[in-house]
Amino acid sequence: MDDKTRLDLYRVMVLSRTFEEAILREYHADKKPAFDIGAGLVPGEMHLSAGQEPVAAGVCAHLRAADAVTATHRPHHVAIAHGVDLDKMAAEIFGREGGLGRGRGGHMHLFDPDVHFSCSGIIAEGLPPALGQAFAFSRGEDNRVAVAFTGEGAANQGAFHESLNLAALWKLPVVFVVEDNDWAISVPRDASTCIPSNADRAAAYGIPGQRIDDNDVEAIYTTAGDAVARARAGEGPTLLEIHTLRLWGHFEGDPQAYRPELADVPGQDPIPAYEQRLTQAGILDADAARAIKDEASARVEKAIAFAKSSPVPAPETALDYVFA
Amino acid sequence: MSATETTTAAEGAPAGQSGRKLTTARAMAEGIAQEMERDAGVVVLGEDIGNYGGIFGSTTGLLEKFGRDRVLDTPISETAFIGLGIGAAVEGMRPVVELMFVDFFGVAMDQIYNHMAKIHFESGGNVRVPMVLMTATGGGYSDAEQHSQCLWGTFAHLPGMKVVVPSNPADAKGLMISAIRDDNPVVYMFHKGIMGLPWMAKNPRSVAPVPEEPYETPIGKAAVARAGSDATVVTLSLSVHHALDVAEKMAAEHGVDLEVIDLRSLVPLDSDTILSSVARTGRLLVVDEDYQSFGLSGEIAARVAETDPGLLRAPLRRVAVPDVPIPYARSLERAVLPTPERIEAAVRDLCKA
Repeated sequence: MDDKTRLDLYRVMVLSRTFEEAILREYHADKKPAFDIGAGLVPGEMHLSAGQEPVAAGVCAHLRAADAVTATHRPHHVAIAHGVDLDKMAAEIFGREGGLGRGRGGHMHLFDPDVHFSCSGIIAEGLPPALGQAFAFSRGEDNRVAVAFTGEGAANQGAFHESLNLAALWKLPVVFVVEDNDWAISVPRDASTCIPSNADRAAAYGIPGQRIDDNDVEAIYTTAGDAVARARAGEGPTLLEIHTLRLWGHFEGDPQAYRPELADVPGQDPIPAYEQRLTQAGILDADAARAIKDEASARVEKAIAFAKSSPVPAPETALDYVFA
Repeated sequence: MSATETTTAAEGAPAGQSGRKLTTARAMAEGIAQEMERDAGVVVLGEDIGNYGGIFGSTTGLLEKFGRDRVLDTPISETAFIGLGIGAAVEGMRPVVELMFVDFFGVAMDQIYNHMAKIHFESGGNVRVPMVLMTATGGGYSDAEQHSQCLWGTFAHLPGMKVVVPSNPADAKGLMISAIRDDNPVVYMFHKGIMGLPWMAKNPRSVAPVPEEPYETPIGKAAVARAGSDATVVTLSLSVHHALDVAEKMAAEHGVDLEVIDLRSLVPLDSDTILSSVARTGRLLVVDEDYQSFGLSGEIAARVAETDPGLLRAPLRRVAVPDVPIPYARSLERAVLPTPERIEAAVRDLCKA
C-alpha cells in the first residue's frame, strides 16, 4: 500500500469524524437542560457512526462516483467516504430546502444521485435496491458495481438472505458489507446470531465470504479491493463482515446502560490508533495531522454554515414531490 | 405525438379500429411487448413470468419474443426482486415486476411502501422510480382467505404510488402502456376474473376489441361505462361487469336507468367524473370488492359529502366485502362478494324500485 493511499484513508476517516463531532455539537446544543428528541435545529433520531469510519473509508476507496452505494440508518461515514455532497448532506440533516432531499428525508434518508448514494432506515432493506442498481449496471459497458452496507443485526433479516441468494444466482456486481459493531441497539450479537461470523453465511449462497476482525482500515481496504475487483470482473457478489466499533450510543440520548465496560470503549477508537501507526511509519507527523484536521474542520464548518443559512422548507410546499 | 391525444376520454383506446378481439391477459402482454420493443430499459421480472407466461397469463409470449435477458423468472423472494426493480428503476430502467397475488404483499411491503413509494419524496424530487408493480386481485373461485383479496384500498391509502385497476381488455393494454411510461411507481392491479382465462369462469366482456397499435389510457381518468340518469354506480374491476349486467336488468324489468362509472384509477382518483354524475342522478351506490371499512367506498362517500352533502337525494349505499376474511366454501364466499344479486338489491333499495 502506498503512502498516498494510506494518507487518503486517514483523511477520509478524519473528515467523517469531524463532521459527526460537529453534528453531535449542533444536535445537543439546543436540547439542554432536558433532552427532548424533537427539539432544536436538528430534531429526530440521530445515529452517529463514530468508530466505524475504517469500514467506510476502506471500502469506498475502491469506488468511483458512478458506482452505487446503499447504506443504513447510520449512514454518514459511508456517505462521506463515497463523496456525497457535504454541504447538501448537512443541510438535509438540518431539514433545509438546500438539503439533498430539500429537507424531506432527514439523516436516515439521504439520496445523492450524482454519486448513486442512498440509504434506508429499515434494517436490511437497503440491500434489494442495491441489487437492482447492480442489475442495471451489469447491462452497461463500464463495469460499475454496487456496494450494500448493512449491520450485523440485519444479517438475521429475510431481506438479507433473499438478496444474497438472488445476487449470487444472477451473478450481480455487488458487494455486501456487514458492519458488525457488536450491538443491535442493546442486543449483543451473541444473543441474536447463531454463528460467530456472518461471513460464513456466504457459503450457503456459494459466494466468497470473509470476516475482518479488528477494524483495521488497511485490512479492510485490501479485502474490499479484492471484492470490488471481483464484482467489476463480472464474477459476482462477495460478502464481507467487518468487526468494527460503535464508539457512541445507538442514537444520541442512548444511556448505554446495557453496555458493559463502557469506560474501555474510547480506548478502542480506530482513528488515533491509525494516526499513531502512520506516524510510526514516518508517513505522518504532528504538523501534517494538524493540517488534515484543520482542512476537515474548515470543510465541515462550511457545510454546517451552509445548512444553517439554507431556508426552512415552506409549509405550503409540504405536498410537493409525492409524484414526479 | 402523444398517444393520449388520439384517445377518447371514455374508453382510452383509439377510435375506428378493426374488431380484433383479445382477452385482457393478452392485451396486457401486448402492451408490455410493445413497450419492450420501444424501450430497451423495459424488463419483466417475477415468479413464473417466463416459461409459464404468468400464472394469470399477463406475460404470455414475452419470453419467446425477448429472451431470458429481459424476461426473468425470479426466486420466490418478493422482497429481493421487488427491491431489485426499484434499484433498476432508480438507475433509469423501466421494470415491470409481477407480484403473483396481491395477497402476498405482506412478505414484501417494506420495499413497496417504504422504498418504491417514498424515494421520490424523500429525495426532494431528485430520484425517480419509474416501475410497474403488477399484481392479481380478487376472488370468486374459492381460493379462500389468502388468495382472493383485492386490497387496492391499502395501496391507494399509502402515498407515493399510482394505482390503476382496469376492467376490460382495451383499458388493460392502454393502462399498461401508460403505467410503463409514467415516471412514478404504478401499482397495476388486475382481477383474475377479467383476464379471460380458459381455466376460470370468465365474464363475457373479458374478450373484446383491442386496437393493435400502442396507445395510452390516461391514468386518473374514470370512464362512464354506461350512461344513465336515475342513479350512479361507482365501481371498478370485475364489479363493473356485474354492475353493467344489473343495469341492463334494471332497465328492462324496472325502467331504472343506471349510470355505471368504471374508476380505472384509484390514485389519482377522478373525483370530477363521480361528482358530476352524482350531481345529475342524486343517488350513489359504490360497489367495491375490497373490504368495506376504512377503504375506497368510504373515501368516495367522503368526497361527495365534502363537496356538497346536498347532492344526494337518498342515503348512499355500499356493496363491499363486509369486514370478514374471504371464506372458502362457495356458499359463504358468494355471501360476502359483491355479487350481481347484492348489487341489484342495493340498487332497488336506493331507487325504491
